[in-house]
Amino acid sequence: MATPVDPPAVLAPISQAGRIGLFLVRMLGSLRPQPSLLLSTLQQVYLVGARSLVIIMICGFFVGMVLALQAINALEQFGASDQVSLLVGKSLFRELGPVLTALLFAGRAGTSVAAEIGLMRATSQIDAMELMAIDPVQRIALPRFLAGAVSVPLLTAMFNALAILGAVVFSIGVMGLDAGIFWSKLQNGVYFQEDFIGGIWKSLVFGGLVSLVAVYFGFHAKPTGAGVGTATTNTVVLSSVLILVFDFIMTSFFT
Amino acid sequence: METRQAMNTTEPIIRIRDLVFRRGSRTILDGVDMDIARGRIVAIMGPSGVGKTTVLRLITGQLHPDEGSVEVNGQRVSSLSSRELQTFRRDVGVLLQNGALFTDLTVFENVATPVREHTDLPEPLVRRLVMSKLHSVGLGGTEELMPHQLSGGMARRVALARAVVLDPQIVLYDEPLAGLDPIAVSTISRLMRETNDALGLTSIVVTHDVLQMSRLVDYCYIIAAGRIAGEGRPDDLKRSQDPSVDQFMNGKVDGPIPFHYDPGGPEWSLLQ
Amino acid sequence: MRANYKVELASGIFLLLGIFALIWLATRATDYGKELGDEAYYVSARFTNVADLKDRAPVKIGGVTVGEIESITLDPLSFEAVVTMRLDQRFDEIPIDSSASVLTSGVLGDRYIGLEPGGDLEVLQDGDELFVTQSAVVLEQLVSKYLFNTRSEPEAEDEP
Repeated sequence: MATPVDPPAVLAPISQAGRIGLFLVRMLGSLRPQPSLLLSTLQQVYLVGARSLVIIMICGFFVGMVLALQAINALEQFGASDQVSLLVGKSLFRELGPVLTALLFAGRAGTSVAAEIGLMRATSQIDAMELMAIDPVQRIALPRFLAGAVSVPLLTAMFNALAILGAVVFSIGVMGLDAGIFWSKLQNGVYFQEDFIGGIWKSLVFGGLVSLVAVYFGFHAKPTGAGVGTATTNTVVLSSVLILVFDFIMTSFFT
Repeated sequence: METRQAMNTTEPIIRIRDLVFRRGSRTILDGVDMDIARGRIVAIMGPSGVGKTTVLRLITGQLHPDEGSVEVNGQRVSSLSSRELQTFRRDVGVLLQNGALFTDLTVFENVATPVREHTDLPEPLVRRLVMSKLHSVGLGGTEELMPHQLSGGMARRVALARAVVLDPQIVLYDEPLAGLDPIAVSTISRLMRETNDALGLTSIVVTHDVLQMSRLVDYCYIIAAGRIAGEGRPDDLKRSQDPSVDQFMNGKVDGPIPFHYDPGGPEWSLLQ
Repeated sequence: MRANYKVELASGIFLLLGIFALIWLATRATDYGKELGDEAYYVSARFTNVADLKDRAPVKIGGVTVGEIESITLDPLSFEAVVTMRLDQRFDEIPIDSSASVLTSGVLGDRYIGLEPGGDLEVLQDGDELFVTQSAVVLEQLVSKYLFNTRSEPEAEDEP
């Protein structure tokens, strides 16, 4: 094994990105269509997805209400408060839904995945797998990665659904806007192709990013208590940054 | 051909020659030779941080030697392809420090993991195999428990069952007795002896626990300063005249194994 | 790695909930289903002024949507706006002499194109052009018309 040469500090982020990319390649390279992969992915969908559901739904509901409140305040000045559902719907589907869900997911599930894998490293469970001739990347990292990529679009959908309900409650229930106008503006103004499918693509990418970062930092955590702590912190910081960066990239190139 | 066949049984199962391993500028192992005979329980002893675990990792092929060779059954481990390495590792059971049970799986699934991974046995056979191994370590009835519900000694026994579930030729133990209470220590060492003899294994134990190990093992290697400081039966080693061996086996503060950390810099040697 | 029954059930429920949310959003909160079928044909029309007519704005006959705006471009020679409309194949018996106008829903609402069916027996085909068009009414021009009672330029053009 050659001694690793430390790169200059300027290049550190780039080589970090390279390492994460290589880890992704290694992980996808270990993908075999097996029933055991499906089972363990399903189990992780429960652990990372289903357990994030409550927080996602509560946050979605309140985001929808506050969006409606702000939108009505702003639109009333132009006498256009019946456009509120269009504003809420568009901003949810295109930006807020995917981004906020992914950020919440990073905090709720990304950290726990990083800590869990880091702890497996610290208690040499990963070593034990290698010695049993089991690929830990395939066995541990891959199902968590796939589960993240599957869960985040679904969580985003639930976030959006609850946010629209929140907007309904506020604008129809509290402000007394007409329900028919609310729904017809949504159905005429929010485009299935651009807004809805575009948002799903975004959330798929975000889900993949967050869980990739989480499994990467978990796998490369130092086998100590402090190492596990650093891994969870790094997961939140890097995945939040990446979500916003990729959001900009995807919005500017693909819409 | 006949002579070669006859020699194979007496030939050591693991043969290590001129093993050199460096980490950065530090030389961890510096010319180690070992011959580990079939069917024995062999201890690799030495003070903490001397590279005992490194030897295990060199045997399993997790690390590659800088010089020299590790041969298992006449195969050079460092030149195995990754596919051959996978096959090779099925023949090597490992019990790591603290057992390293998979915390998200039940006891049963922990022991069943190597079976499911490396064989296509039908479920009833897997169940029978796993249960027989659990019974052999005296833990029948624990199969539905999670690892955190076990005591340290029980966890170690589950890990032992997992290490031998595929009937390997070699079992490697990394500090199998560390942190256990005296009863668990006796239980585990008796189990190690029983499984070794009953299954016809060869066991290698890495430890710094001189007292317990001298009762259990057949043969000892003592590593100090990257070299083999002494080898032989435990009783012979205790009476050894070699200062390093004497210091380690009898737990003396003064001796050639330094009390101070040696950073290996030139300033340090000036101070001495 | 065998997930136990409860876990499988919970993740199954989660997946179903997620898919349900997706479908609910798509059908209730987007124009999915209002989209035209794959079967469609294209016709174009020229206007001197389309005001703030946008891509994907509806094309209506008698208030019912029959298609949408595919694209709006400027003819570089005549400086007319060329509007291409995508019409649902179900409505394939629109007379060729129908007229198209840029209209507004409500006082300040969105622009759309209204088609007024003519009487010709020949019907619109893919690639046809509507020749009878009426451009958008622009508020400033309307106001100045009233104030100065002058008729600057004919807003409506009837071309043969």
